[in-house]
Amino acid sequence: MNALVLCIPLLPFLGFLIVGLCRNKLSKTMSGILASGVIGISFILTLVIFFSHSYSPNAITYFNFISNSQYNIPFAFQVDQLSTLFMLIITGVGFLIHVYSTAYMSEETPEHYARYFSYLNLFVFSMLLLVLGANYVIMFIGWEGVGICSYLLIGFWFKNNQYNYAARKAFIMNRIGDVGFLLAIFWLLARLGSADYSIVFSNASTLSVTDVTGITILLFVGAIGKSAQIPLYTWLPDAMAGPTPVSALIHAATMVTAGIYMIARSNVLFSMSPVTMDIVAVIGLATAILAASIALFQNDIKKVLAYSTVSQLGFMFVALGVGAYTTGVFHVMTHSFFKALLFLGAGSVIHAMGGEQDITKMGGLRKKIPITYWTFLIAVLAISGFPFTSGFVSKDEILMAAYAHSQPLFWLTTFAAVLTALYMFRVFMLVFLGGFRGSEEQQHHLHESPPAMTIPLIILAVLAAIGGFVQLPEIFGGHDYFNEFLAPVVPAFKHVGESMAVQEYYLLGGTVVGLLIIFLLCKKWYAVKHFEGKYTGIKNVLAHKWYIDELYDAIIVNPFNNIAGFLKSIVEKSGIDGIVNGVGRFIQYSSRQVRLVQSGMVGNYILIMVLSITVLFMVFWNQDLIIGFLQKIF
Amino acid sequence: MDITTIIFWFLSALALFSAIMVVTRKNPIFSVLWLIVVFFAISGHYLLLNAQFLAVVNIIVYAGAIMVLFLFVVMMMNLDNLPVVNKNTWMKFLGVISGGLLLCILVSTSKSAADMNLKTIVLKDGDIGLIENLGKVLFTKYALPFEISSILFLSAMVGAVVIGKKES
Amino acid sequence: MPVSYYIILASTLFCIGVAGVLTRRNAIIIFMCVELMLNAVNLLLVAFSKMQNIATPPGGVTVGGTDAQLFVFFIMVVAAAEVSVGLAIIVMMYRNVHSIDINFLNRLKN
Repeated sequence: MNALVLCIPLLPFLGFLIVGLCRNKLSKTMSGILASGVIGISFILTLVIFFSHSYSPNAITYFNFISNSQYNIPFAFQVDQLSTLFMLIITGVGFLIHVYSTAYMSEETPEHYARYFSYLNLFVFSMLLLVLGANYVIMFIGWEGVGICSYLLIGFWFKNNQYNYAARKAFIMNRIGDVGFLLAIFWLLARLGSADYSIVFSNASTLSVTDVTGITILLFVGAIGKSAQIPLYTWLPDAMAGPTPVSALIHAATMVTAGIYMIARSNVLFSMSPVTMDIVAVIGLATAILAASIALFQNDIKKVLAYSTVSQLGFMFVALGVGAYTTGVFHVMTHSFFKALLFLGAGSVIHAMGGEQDITKMGGLRKKIPITYWTFLIAVLAISGFPFTSGFVSKDEILMAAYAHSQPLFWLTTFAAVLTALYMFRVFMLVFLGGFRGSEEQQHHLHESPPAMTIPLIILAVLAAIGGFVQLPEIFGGHDYFNEFLAPVVPAFKHVGESMAVQEYYLLGGTVVGLLIIFLLCKKWYAVKHFEGKYTGIKNVLAHKWYIDELYDAIIVNPFNNIAGFLKSIVEKSGIDGIVNGVGRFIQYSSRQVRLVQSGMVGNYILIMVLSITVLFMVFWNQDLIIGFLQKIF
Repeated sequence: MDITTIIFWFLSALALFSAIMVVTRKNPIFSVLWLIVVFFAISGHYLLLNAQFLAVVNIIVYAGAIMVLFLFVVMMMNLDNLPVVNKNTWMKFLGVISGGLLLCILVSTSKSAADMNLKTIVLKDGDIGLIENLGKVLFTKYALPFEISSILFLSAMVGAVVIGKKES
Repeated sequence: MPVSYYIILASTLFCIGVAGVLTRRNAIIIFMCVELMLNAVNLLLVAFSKMQNIATPPGGVTVGGTDAQLFVFFIMVVAAAEVSVGLAIIVMMYRNVHSIDINFLNRLKN
């Protein structure tokens, strides 16, 4: 069993090494099969563990990572329900995306193709490390690993400088969050002497209130960076510079959910600190609304989906912030299904349009790419919360938990949900209905994607449709299997009994009515032949993302650049270079001066001889005195 | 104060005074003449110390031959009062100071030597400087250096002639 | 006559010669000061040949004391040879440069 668990992250790592090192020799088919194969095998092994129900709160230690007199940090894995669930998501969705990528990236040269797959495998390895780790340090290793892979993959087409800037921006913003995470780990080590989950959570009650609040706030800062909340979210839309499957895997299904995992794992600590929980909920809510408002007026299909991800992550943090940890994790699972489906579908659309990403140039693609159309429709319904899809179940749970916590929170969250439906239907209408707005040759190029791309779409669509049934509320005939499954590790939200059924019916009714209205509105506004996508006034501000990027540039980026420029020109050039060159110049100058001693004048030479003899006499014949004198000084 | 002591002090004062005159005269012929006086004083010291042979050899070789050679060269150079060219007083000062410094060192070290104060010079007595005694040691113990010095003279002669030849 | 008197006398003569070498610019005068130094050394050597301990009674003159005087003899030999060659060099120098100022002879410069 221990070896089995070790194999799960090890196989992708081996895949990374082999495909990466042999990338000049492997053919495209070989790289694709190898890379997807290892993920597939990992998925099967995860299924084995899942079905064997062999969970234990004890960690499996492999070797001592850091061990000195004060701290002992082992390299250990923790196979419990939470990590198994995440492993299933990572390897399952990851496998589908690998298969999809074999067709999507088929126009690359073999070396770059292999490089892509090696990066993807490395990413899966790091993410598995993150969720399997039995202490915060191993989690941090995986955390950093996924950050690096995100950088590598966003900047995959490295010949384009804009993409490189986007990759750099993502990494730096991640890093800012990581500082918070590291400080939290140090704080834990200082207070409790260990970063192991078991030790920390069992001794958590010994921490003072300030300790817990500080640690949890710092952990949340790390989550802000990784999961793109306010204020560190601007990297996610720019990260769309990477290939679409990358966006699907990293920025929809897995990496951005690492923050959720971390908070769900640390639920013991967070429950002890109501201040932090409020902060989490507020920031989640604000992000959800802000991102949804921006998504309403974006014209790039991938940007809409990116802001949608940010917004949905906000929902998850709202869930965590009110104490509904399992709900947050459940929304992670359903979100990975429908968001990955959305991104892959968008990839399929882009592939059909020959690389075009602007929705003002699309339209009426329903007849040409039917499979993509139907799967995209299912995904849109899921994310909008159409009854009985997976998205409906998870979103309703969040809304119910918010309602139980505070009314204003509930109404604002509902408002964000309405915005979600609005922008999703807008995109759907603009892309698939109405009349085609592109050029003639694009119209001729339209074709359905190859099976390697459509089959993952279909599988994900099925999951998105029925994935909610593991947690269907009882009034609709279901049973909360999900909450029961996670109960040993993550507590669920405790509802106050009676009013639940009534609320559920209200929500169901409200959802159906609301969706109908939105569908009709969007059909009227957006299922059209002519759409320029130009906005005025407040819509323009939203289309320009509330000018937040420009704000960051002015406040943070430009001063930093100026300081760096100052340091380069003055400190580096005049200061350090000056010193280094100065040493050389000094030696040259002094050698010139010393050369003057050789004046060629014999008289000088004799003078110096006489003086030297005098000094020598003095030294030799008064040796004892001089030695005694020197000893007194030193 | 017996007569030897008085003669010793007189000769010492004469030697020192003449030496200072050698160093300070502008006219090189005066310097040569004062140097001859120095040699005479030193020969007087040799006589006091029972080194009769050396005293006479000193007069003949040094004062008689070497100084005359110097005079020849000086007169050949036709150097009356050299034109005053850029005298570096600082250098002169430094030279005198160096000499004085050296003197101080030598004197102080000799004074601090413990067993030096126990020894004396015996004047006037003894046969040590007689030619007979010197010759005995010279031709037995130091016969080799004696022969080699003749070769030295030969090479000096050849060297002087070669160097002094006019380029034709 | 304590030996220190002779040492002081010889040292003084020697140092006057040193001062002369450092001070004068005429090559011939410098040469002469070198001769003065040599003579000071000779005087000291001869004085040492007569040096004895106070303890032993005077009159027991050993032949060993003659070594110093023979050394002086050889010093004079060498001085004579050296003077002849040195003056030849000075004459040749005068022929080339028409001056015997040692500050002129800075061909070794730099």
